[in-house]
Amino acid sequence: MDSKLSRRTFLVAGGAVGGGLLVGCSRGGEVSPLAAGAKPGEVALNAWLKIGPEGTCTIAVPRQEMGQGCYTGLAQLVADEIDADWDSVRVEQAPIDGVYANRTMFLDALPFDEHDDGMVANGARWAMTQFAEILGVQLTGGSTSLRDAWGPMRHAGASARAMLVKAAARRLGVPEAELATEKGTVMHAKSGQRLSYGELASAAAQVPPPSEPRLKRPDQFKLIGQDVARVDIPAKTNGTAPYGIDARPEGIIYAAIAMSPTQGGTVLGFDDAAARAMKGVIEVVPVADDAVAVVAEHYWQARKAVDALAIDWDAGPHAALNDAEIEGWLKAGLDSDDALGYREDGDAAGKLGRAARVVEATYQVPFLAHATMEPHNCTVRFDGDGAEVWCGSQGPTVAQWEASNVLDLAMDDVIVHTPYLGGGFGGRAELTVLRQAARIAMAVPRRPVQLIWSREDDMRHDAYRPAAMARLRAGLDAQGNISGWHARHASPSVSKSFMGRVLPWVASDGPDNSNVDGSADLPYAVADILVDHVATDTPVPVGFWRSVGHSQNAFFTESFVDEVAHAAGRDPFAFRRTLLRGKPRFLTVLETAAAKAGWTEPLPEGRARGIAIQKSFGSIVAQVAEVSVDGEAVKVERVVCVIDCGTVVSPDIVKAQMEGGIVYGLSALLYGEINVERGEIVQGNFPDYEMVRLATAPRIEVHIIADGHAPGGVGEPGTPPVAPAVTNAIFAATGKRIRQLPLARSGIAIG
Amino acid sequence: MLSLNVNGAPHTIDADPDTPLLWVLRDHLNLTGTKFGCGVAACGACTVHVDGEAMRSCSLAAGDVQGSAITTIEGLAPVEAPHKVQAAWVARQVPQCGYCQSGMIMAVAALLAETPKPSDAEIDAAITNVCRCGTYVRIREAIHQAAEA
Repeated sequence: MDSKLSRRTFLVAGGAVGGGLLVGCSRGGEVSPLAAGAKPGEVALNAWLKIGPEGTCTIAVPRQEMGQGCYTGLAQLVADEIDADWDSVRVEQAPIDGVYANRTMFLDALPFDEHDDGMVANGARWAMTQFAEILGVQLTGGSTSLRDAWGPMRHAGASARAMLVKAAARRLGVPEAELATEKGTVMHAKSGQRLSYGELASAAAQVPPPSEPRLKRPDQFKLIGQDVARVDIPAKTNGTAPYGIDARPEGIIYAAIAMSPTQGGTVLGFDDAAARAMKGVIEVVPVADDAVAVVAEHYWQARKAVDALAIDWDAGPHAALNDAEIEGWLKAGLDSDDALGYREDGDAAGKLGRAARVVEATYQVPFLAHATMEPHNCTVRFDGDGAEVWCGSQGPTVAQWEASNVLDLAMDDVIVHTPYLGGGFGGRAELTVLRQAARIAMAVPRRPVQLIWSREDDMRHDAYRPAAMARLRAGLDAQGNISGWHARHASPSVSKSFMGRVLPWVASDGPDNSNVDGSADLPYAVADILVDHVATDTPVPVGFWRSVGHSQNAFFTESFVDEVAHAAGRDPFAFRRTLLRGKPRFLTVLETAAAKAGWTEPLPEGRARGIAIQKSFGSIVAQVAEVSVDGEAVKVERVVCVIDCGTVVSPDIVKAQMEGGIVYGLSALLYGEINVERGEIVQGNFPDYEMVRLATAPRIEVHIIADGHAPGGVGEPGTPPVAPAVTNAIFAATGKRIRQLPLARSGIAIG
Repeated sequence: MLSLNVNGAPHTIDADPDTPLLWVLRDHLNLTGTKFGCGVAACGACTVHVDGEAMRSCSLAAGDVQGSAITTIEGLAPVEAPHKVQAAWVARQVPQCGYCQSGMIMAVAALLAETPKPSDAEIDAAITNVCRCGTYVRIREAIHQAAEA
C-alpha cells in the first residue's frame, strides 16, 4: 500500500503543476499507467492516450460504460484537443490508478450550490478535491463522468498535441508557431510538409509535457458538440460486446447461491447430500453466515443443485417486518420533533402561522429495485498469492479493495477486469456479489468461478431506492403568493446504509444531502423556507438508484407546487414562471418546454398536460407530459423534455439519456413497488415487478439548450421530472391528485 | 448426449435434456451473445430463432429442440455484413447498456421475416422484450427503418 500511495501522490503532485489539473504525464521516471499495456510500437503520451505507429489514437476511459455513452463522450474530449482523426480513435478501459480519481463525485456531496463562490464553499471544495485525489477512487456514478473528465481529459489531449507539435518542429527545423494540426497530422503550410502522429509519437514521448497546455476555445471545437457514432454500439448489435457474465477464463466453473429469504436471516445448518450427489457438482460452500453456494462444472447444474439443498434458516430479528411497520416509522418521522434541518431561510413557521391559507399534502413512495437487465454476477480466480476478478462494477477501485480484503491479499495482487455493465443505475456500486464470489473462489483455488445471481436473487437482495414520505405545507397570502414553506421528509439514509455495507466504521447518522436533494435546493423564490428530514432506518438495505433523492423529491415538490398553483387559482406553468424570476436558466428551460409542448393549445376531450422542472447533477430539465384518460385507465402519450446541461459534448447521447431516464422514471411511476412481508421481499421477477415496454412507452421529444456553461450531468437528470409531470397531467385530466406511487396505489389503472 | 443444430453446424453436447437451451448455448457452446435476464421467459433477453421462430431460450429445454435449426445472434449475419435489423440498430444508435439488444434484434428479425412492414400496433403486440435503459423510442424507429431497407 505504501508504494501505491506514494505513486498516487506523485502523480497528483506531478500533474498539479500549473492550474491544479492532473495530466498524469510520463516525466521524471514516472510512467503512464498505460505503458504496461501498450502494444509493440505504441507510445503512451500520458495517462489517457497512446499513439500507435500507424497513427491510431487509443484513448483510455477511466469510467465504466453502462449505456450512458462515456466511452464515446470522454474520448471526444481528448480527440478534439489533440486534433485526432476520429476514424483512427480507439477506446479502451483505463486500468485502476489513482490518477483517474473521480473528484466530482466527492464535490457533489458538499452542501453548497455550484454557484456558491464563498470562502467556506471554496475551502470545502479544495479539501474534498485533495481527499478524492489521495483516495484515488475510480467511481462511475452521480452523473459525474463527463463533468469530472471535462478538465483532465481535455488537458491530456492538449498536452499531447503540444508534445507532438514540438517534436515536429524539431524534426522539420521550423518554429512551432508555423505548425498546425488537423486529423492526426502536423502540417507546415509554408513548405507543404506533413508528419502523421504515428511518425511523431516516439519523439513526442521524449518532450516534457507542458505545464499549462493551451486549451481550445469553444469556437475551435471540431468534435465536442458534434454527434459521432458511439464506439460501443456495433459490438452491442452482434453479440460480441463482453459483459461480466460473459467472462470465460480458461477452466471456468459456475456457482449459484441460496441467500436468506428474510432480511437479516442466517443459516443454522444445511444438508447437502442430495446436492453433492448431483451431476457436475464440485463443491458446496457456506458463504458468510447468510448464504450457501454450490459450485458445478456448468451453471445449470449449480442452479439445480442449489435448489436441492436443505437449508435450515434462522429467520433472524426482522422476521415480522412488513410494509405497515415501515410505513409507521415513516409517519412517525413526519411527526417527529427531532428533525435535521437542511435549509432554513427566514421564518417559515411564523409565516405559515400567519398565512391567510395553508395548503398541505402528504406524499409517499415505495422501495424500488434497480432490476438491471444483467443480473449481478462476478467471476473470481484465487491463486493463493494473487487473484483475478471479472465484474461489471461501477467502482473498480473499491472492488479491488474489497476483493483484497476478503482474499487477504494486497490490492496490487488483485487484478480487476471491468467489462461492459448490463445496466448500472447505481446498483452496480454494490459489492455483495463480489464478496460472495471471492469467498467461493477460496474454496476452489486456481479455478475461476463465476457466481450468477438468479433474477429472484437480484430482486430480493438489492439495495433499494428508499421508501419515503414527505409532508409539505405552504402558506398563501391574500394575493395568492407563497408565504412560508415547510417540507418535512422521512426516509432511511442512503449514505449511511451504503457505508454500512462498504466501510462500516464510517457509516454515521450525519447529514446526507441525498435525503433532501431536489427539495432543499428548491429553485423557487420562497423567502421563508424550512426543509428538514428525519432518518428512519430500516433493516431493508437502501442504495443509490438513478437520480437518488431527486427521484422521490421531485415527485414531492413538483406535485406540491402544482397543488399550490391550483389552490392559488393559477396556471401551473405561469405560477412556476413567476416563482423562477431572476433564474434565467430555469426560466428558459421551463418556457421552452411549454412552447415545444404547445402548453396553451387546446387538447381533445380526455387529454391533458402536466409540467415539472428539476435541477439535478448540474443540469436543469423540464418535462411536459400529455396523458389520455379512457374510463379509469390512464395512458402516457407524449413527453416533451428540455434540458440545459451547459456545454454539450455529444448531443445524441444527451437525447438518448433523456429518453432512457424518462422511461426509467415512468416504470417506477406506473408499476414500481418493492414490498416487504414477514421479513421477505415479495417481488421476485419481472412478472411482479413490471416495466414499461414498447406498447406502454410514450413518444418522447428532447430539446437541448446549449448555453456555454460548464457541462452538467445527463445520466440521471431525465428521471426526476417525469413522475410529477405525469401525475400533474392526471390531475388536469381527472381532478384526482396522485400522492402515492405507483399509480395503482392511488387507484389509477394503466391504459 | 444432446444433438443440436446451431447456426448451421451440428453439435454433440454432454448436458441433461432438461437443461435450458440458453445455458447450453452460453456454457457449452460459448455463444455468449444470448443473454440471461429472468429465467422465466418474461424479458426476452435470451431470444433466439428456433426454425425461424423467435423463442425465449431460458425456458426451452435443450432436449426438446434437437432436430430444429437454432439461430443465435452470432448466426444472424456475419459481423462484416450485418443483417438489416443490426444495420438499422447502428444507424439509429439504439443500444445503451446493450444487454437486452441481442434478444431484441432476434425478436425483431423474426417479426420482419413474418411481417415485412409491421404497423405500430403489430410491433407493440409482437415485441414485448424489456429494455431497462428505455431505448424504445429508437427501437420503434429502427424497426420501421429496417422494414424499409
